[in-house]
Amino acid sequence: MSLAFLPGALEQGLLWGPMVLGVYLTFRVLDFPDLTVDSCFTLGAATTARLILLDYNPLVATLIALVIGALAGLITGLLHTKLKIAPLLAGILTMIGLYSINLRVMGAANLSLLRIDTLITWIEDTGIGDELATVALGLVICLFILAFVYFFLQTELGLAVRATGDNEQMIRSLGINTNTTKVIGLALGNALCALSGALVAQYQSYADIGMGIGMIIVGLASVIIGETLIGSRGLLQALIAATVGSVIYRVIIAAVLQMGLPSTDLKILTALIVTLALAFPIMRGRFTGISSFTKRGEGRAEHQ
Amino acid sequence: MLNINDVTKVFNRGNINEKVALNSLSLHLAPGDVVAVIGSNGAGKSTLLNIAAGVFPIDKGEIILEEMPVQKDAEHIRAAYIGRVFQDPALGTAASMTIEENLILALKRGQKLRLWPGTGKERRELFRRRLEPLGLGLENRLATKVGLLSGGQRQALTVIMATIVPPKLLLLDEHTAALDPKTGKAVLELSEQIIAEEQLTTLMVTHNMEQALRVGNRTIMMHEGRIILDINGEERKDMQVSDLLQMFERASGKSLVNDRMLLSS
Ligand SMILES: Nc1ncnc2c1ncn2[C@@H]1O[C@H](COP(=O)(O)OP(=O)(O)O)[C@@H](O)[C@H]1O
Ligand SMILES: [Mg+2]
Repeated sequence: MSLAFLPGALEQGLLWGPMVLGVYLTFRVLDFPDLTVDSCFTLGAATTARLILLDYNPLVATLIALVIGALAGLITGLLHTKLKIAPLLAGILTMIGLYSINLRVMGAANLSLLRIDTLITWIEDTGIGDELATVALGLVICLFILAFVYFFLQTELGLAVRATGDNEQMIRSLGINTNTTKVIGLALGNALCALSGALVAQYQSYADIGMGIGMIIVGLASVIIGETLIGSRGLLQALIAATVGSVIYRVIIAAVLQMGLPSTDLKILTALIVTLALAFPIMRGRFTGISSFTKRGEGRAEHQ
Repeated sequence: MLNINDVTKVFNRGNINEKVALNSLSLHLAPGDVVAVIGSNGAGKSTLLNIAAGVFPIDKGEIILEEMPVQKDAEHIRAAYIGRVFQDPALGTAASMTIEENLILALKRGQKLRLWPGTGKERRELFRRRLEPLGLGLENRLATKVGLLSGGQRQALTVIMATIVPPKLLLLDEHTAALDPKTGKAVLELSEQIIAEEQLTTLMVTHNMEQALRVGNRTIMMHEGRIILDINGEERKDMQVSDLLQMFERASGKSLVNDRMLLSS
């Protein structure tokens, strides 16, 4: 098998990396299954593409996409906290609503950025070579985001966001308004997701209304792959695992494509990866079921 | 200090599962009162603590904490004045976070959080100083995830967290019931010591009758959402567990035999 796909997979893994960190934030840290991610990724791509076509500076366009993404997360957060809509449904409502918004933002089902200046062409123009350009950009952005998220999650506010996902009753009894921490977590997660969309649109030179479909599963698959292969003992380790997981996911996808899988089958493959990864603890429990049963029995005896 | 006036709390109102958990209940605590709360299962003990903390809104009555009516304040607002320890050791701490991170959040109870790391040499020293007397070695494990601690260690940590900023009101809900007897005793002693040092006004639910008479200065007994006995002063000093059981039978018209209260010593 030729390994020519590796550089491409690395580029993609890095550009989709912020999205994976965003999914890590909402799903893992906040324990909120946020489906906004799908449309939010497209929202980031659509916003950036449209702004760049309107002659905005690509960097400004990317940053605006990030802010708009945060607003999408904010909406899901408010639907959940103010209107008491269940997390899954709140995310779906925003996701569906954003579909129309995305079409309006683009004014069409897709926008092409061919032969237009983007962040990627800027860096290519510095002369470091086309392939290196994307990797360098992706790497710098991923490291920056990773450092930022790592820092944030250790601030007092970040601790409160983590505690909200861990033990809501406890953190409320310590005086934290968990509505606020949830909204903050969702806004941040979706900002990162839109940032990925913005980068990918510039990388592919187009934005498309369907490009975010299944993004939540891609994000989850990446997070789980990273956790399995790298581990998640400490916070930093977990964040690095998510980013590396994003790259490994792309390597896996590129490899199976090269082995002849039609690209239309990618989504079911991703769904299978996630299913397997989610089922893994239960399957393992089957094998060690007997010992864990006796352990639980002992625990009960102790209480009496 | 704490005035609960004529409070009624009904769960599932108008539904087949309607349950009057607190029935026109009034309770007044003087500053420094340490009150043991007993009563059979479902008597409304936890609900009493929960309405004081603002977990549920009340249907009727008022709750006044140091002259301020607080019944309209949300739980996270009231938390500025209230420290809590739950029965389940898992409920009082965040398992995926370190001992230090849990303590930082406890230290900031009721204050604005900064967008800046909460760690620092001074805080770390304070945490070590507070953990050392536990004799559990936790002072050397600040970076350990709480999920790796035993139930007793977690509960001891929760007691420290609830009191690291002395609350105006401390609520303990059967906080030693899930621990083995030896650990439970240690956690109770720790709680008593802190309560005495900080002179904390305390409501402590227990199912242990002996504790209910020994700990604190006052014992109240609940039954069907009401307080049916309120014992303090000289009367309480000479009281035996058997007297308490007889008083319960007389006041409620029911026997506590077979209830788990008798089984635990
Ligand atoms: N959140 C709730 N929803 C519905 N019913 C509740 C709730 N909390 C308590 N109850 C009911 O209120 C009554 C009193 O419960 P509780 O205060 O927990 O009793 P205790 O702590 O004295 O055992 C019980 O009948 C219980 O089923
Ligand atoms: Mg109870």
